[in-house]
Amino acid sequence: MNKVIKNAEEAVRDIEDGMTLMLGGFGLCGIPENCITALVKKGTKNLTCISNNAGVDDFGIGLMLQGKQVKKMISSYVGENAEFERQLLSGELEVELIPQGTLATRCMAAGYGMPAIFTPAGVGTEVAEGKEVRNFNGKDYLMEMAFEADFAIVKAWKGDTMGNLIYKSTARNFNPVMAMGGKITIAEVEELVPAGELDPDQIHTPGIYVHRIFQGSNYEKRIEQRTVTPKS
Amino acid sequence: MLDKNGIAKRIAKEVQDGMYVNLGIGIPTLVANYIPDGISVVLQSENGLLGMGPFPIDGQEDADLINAGKQTITTLPGSSTFDSALSFGMIRAGKVDLTILGAMEVSENGDIANWKIPGKMVKGMGGAMDLVASAQNIIVAMQQVNKHGESKLLKACSLPLTGVNCVKKIVTELGVYEVKDGAFHLLERAPGVSVEEIKKATLGKLVIAGDISEMIL
Repeated sequence: MNKVIKNAEEAVRDIEDGMTLMLGGFGLCGIPENCITALVKKGTKNLTCISNNAGVDDFGIGLMLQGKQVKKMISSYVGENAEFERQLLSGELEVELIPQGTLATRCMAAGYGMPAIFTPAGVGTEVAEGKEVRNFNGKDYLMEMAFEADFAIVKAWKGDTMGNLIYKSTARNFNPVMAMGGKITIAEVEELVPAGELDPDQIHTPGIYVHRIFQGSNYEKRIEQRTVTPKS
Repeated sequence: MLDKNGIAKRIAKEVQDGMYVNLGIGIPTLVANYIPDGISVVLQSENGLLGMGPFPIDGQEDADLINAGKQTITTLPGSSTFDSALSFGMIRAGKVDLTILGAMEVSENGDIANWKIPGKMVKGMGGAMDLVASAQNIIVAMQQVNKHGESKLLKACSLPLTGVNCVKKIVTELGVYEVKDGAFHLLERAPGVSVEEIKKATLGKLVIAGDISEMIL
């Protein structure tokens, strides 16, 4: 078993035009910076990206939007990006907005081998249009399908050579559920260690879900809203 | 009449010891500043944190530790972190006792609209649809009258809905309302606001039972 690869370029080598990707992260927190850079360099086009947000103009998925690589975004909130807005209004970019919990749970369902989930989110709103509604115990639920993604690209804090992953703090967010949901899952980690060094009881994503792993470099970890209490 | 901080201060009185609470962006975030001493609550941030602490001391901010508004924050003793599916799992399962969020419109049957204005750039609903569909108790913090003098407490929402029949209580610059049986029931008046002013500022069905006292902040 050899999941360890050299770098992001090798990780994304067979991502082709028109594919569907899951990209972990919430805002700019916990995004797979190295793989995004590699995808921008590779210039892959017509991608469908499942990601909670779309980055900012000059970082994260925003970099892929600058390169006009994205055909469709599937997200819950996309507010922080002027180029995104421009492409949306001009019709170059298609956007499907879905409730955040629905987004996460549709990823999770893929990793749990469940074809669909039922959620009350969006009942009675335009999100429900065209979807099957089922009543359980007097309450309405929408049927939402598990996502299908060619690749899931996630970022973890630590990983081992078996592909086991541990995330840090709120940089966990969508990463574990997306790691479970991709047909092929790529994990970039801040620190890659030999198998045996991570405590099995502390693993967040078991290595069975991870196909490729590498230690990333030069993490910028940009902060979107720096809010602090002044030193007293 | 209440300002934003006044609305937050009044809502803070609804928070009870031991509650798990989700605070939305805007006025709801300010509620955390007014939770009385001796009341212990756990704040949930839907990006994957229970036990949200204050902003970090300048220089101690951590890019890996943010809230749902993408602001740098801190943890507290007893905090826990988890993934987004679990975060909305606990919301959907009704474990979060109280959700406080903003709104652009609320209807007399408790429908809420707070995510989309036709003709304007739509940013998305984020976690709002999940929260309103599942929360045990929803309090809305909002301006009752917009800058054109139009009421936002309506018979039916004119904007695209976020959720239906879900709002339980509303605190505005003018008063406190309970939403039940297809009407806004006035519970309290804001300082210096008359019942007449409230009537004028409410387009949906308004129920005023007996003398309505002015709120004590």
